[in-house]
Amino acid sequence: MRKAFVLALVELARKDPKILLLTADLGYLTVEPFVEEFPDRFFNVGVSEQNMLGLATGLAESGYLPFLYSIIPFAILRPYEALRNGPVMHALPVRIAGVGAGMDYSTNGATHYGLEDVGALRLQPGMNIICPADFEQTTTALNATYNMPGPVYYRLGRDDVNRVPGLNGRFDVGRLNVVRDGADILLLAMGNAALEACGAADILQSQGVSATVAVVASVSPPPISDLAKMLGKFPLAVTAETHYVTGGLGSLVCEVVAGHGIACRVVRCGIDRLPDGRTGGQQFMNDRYGISAAKIAERASNELSAGRREITSAL
Amino acid sequence: MSSMNAETGPSGTNPVEDERCGDVADFATRMRRTVLQQAKRAHVGHIGSSLSVVDLLAVLYCRFLRIDDPASPERDRFVLSKGHASLALYSALNLRGWVSGAELNTYCADDTLLGVHPENRLPGVDFSTGSLGQGLSYAAGAALAATLEASDRRVFALLSDAECNEGSTWEAVMFAAHHDLGKLVAIVDANGQQALGYTKDVLDLSPLASRWSAFGWEAIEVDGHNHKEILQALNSIDFTAKGRPHVIVARTVAGKGVDFMERMVKWHYWPMSDSEYASALEQVGEPS
Repeated sequence: MRKAFVLALVELARKDPKILLLTADLGYLTVEPFVEEFPDRFFNVGVSEQNMLGLATGLAESGYLPFLYSIIPFAILRPYEALRNGPVMHALPVRIAGVGAGMDYSTNGATHYGLEDVGALRLQPGMNIICPADFEQTTTALNATYNMPGPVYYRLGRDDVNRVPGLNGRFDVGRLNVVRDGADILLLAMGNAALEACGAADILQSQGVSATVAVVASVSPPPISDLAKMLGKFPLAVTAETHYVTGGLGSLVCEVVAGHGIACRVVRCGIDRLPDGRTGGQQFMNDRYGISAAKIAERASNELSAGRREITSAL
Repeated sequence: MSSMNAETGPSGTNPVEDERCGDVADFATRMRRTVLQQAKRAHVGHIGSSLSVVDLLAVLYCRFLRIDDPASPERDRFVLSKGHASLALYSALNLRGWVSGAELNTYCADDTLLGVHPENRLPGVDFSTGSLGQGLSYAAGAALAATLEASDRRVFALLSDAECNEGSTWEAVMFAAHHDLGKLVAIVDANGQQALGYTKDVLDLSPLASRWSAFGWEAIEVDGHNHKEILQALNSIDFTAKGRPHVIVARTVAGKGVDFMERMVKWHYWPMSDSEYASALEQVGEPS
């Protein structure tokens, strides 16, 4: 998604001279197309994320549209207070592209994982959060949101190859996108968990269970009305996200269910514990933490047959 | 420095008419009186920090900043990075006519935009501050924008010396030097004090000016209560050239103008009693 993001940004930058790209010394083999075409509009600020957020605040107040690029924890968590006091509190159009959603950085270890960024940013009023599901949707989502008022966060996965079946790059602010229709269970997926959710739907189908799969890329503003409508049709919804189970899509869905008094049980598939230091490839990690297609399907199947109310301890 | 006029600066650098602002010393006296009056009315502290920067702000707002309309995109930018000196800023904004007397009297009251730390929703405040170590990055971003646009805008950030404890301040220091942000001026209110003690005891910053110059900045040291020296330092800066950013290390006295507040740590937070207030007002005197 990061390559698609930069290529789409280059296209936009050709039309909008106010677009700048800043990185805190990350983006090797990713940011080059922008750097080559717009060397005067690219700034590697060095390994200094707090300053990058402050610079962006000053640039945006002066009329620029600064895009910031880094790996998620460095883009969001290190400068979190600078992000809050700067772009959020000033309601300025700063854009942050965080790469490495969930455990995408696999063997790089926990310092590089993006596990709580969506929860941290959902707390900030006016912060728009866009989690594209694949590279095609990344392009559409960027085009649809790059010029919106206020700050925007783009949560990007590293996969620039695979497409989410049925999505075809669709994206609308404040809406969800249904990619598969089924009658027995609702699977809701955020960002790069969508591919795993689709895989889970395939597995469930082979067991005679038909699932509706919907992609939530516009996490903020949230697709409240779409969610309420869909959740009302199913007795069980399973959420899938490459994020802690607290604060992200699962929490959002629970808020909608509770707020609308919907009779739908919610099972949250996400990372439900602190990483223990043992790492491996991305698929291994997703499987180990219960967010692979197989694990999502297994959980959904168990919950469907048990039909019991989930009582689980949150983080 | 020989080619400039300390009172008015080179032609074109100072659109602020003398008639509008009057004498700098009077402007500063009025600011000090406002700081004391509002701090007393609201029964709040940060008096020492505000009195420390009054003379710096008086020169900037009475003589140097090119701000005819605080909403104009082409105005100079000013960041009060040490946001806890907001009362000094409100006093200057009031004297320039951007904050009314009625608004000033809402300082720290319910439903006010004039809190202990400045909010950019208040006309004349470019950036909300209050968390130390962030203002210089805002200013560097604004200076970078002015440079990219080849604008005449200049950018000023007023920092406390203790704000140089923050690592993020030095991130901005390095960036500004690397990118030759010659339109950027940092002014360090070097009063040698911080919330819980003296800077030399808490986290020694000396030699402060050398640290900035070692990081690639043009450093000028001035007496931060001498209007002529402050103005000379500002007028010595060539904002048209792309080059090193500028820091004015202003040697100041926290609580300046009120003898029982000067250099006393307790006046970082302490509010005034009635008798202290009467004495303080008498000491700062009346404008001429």
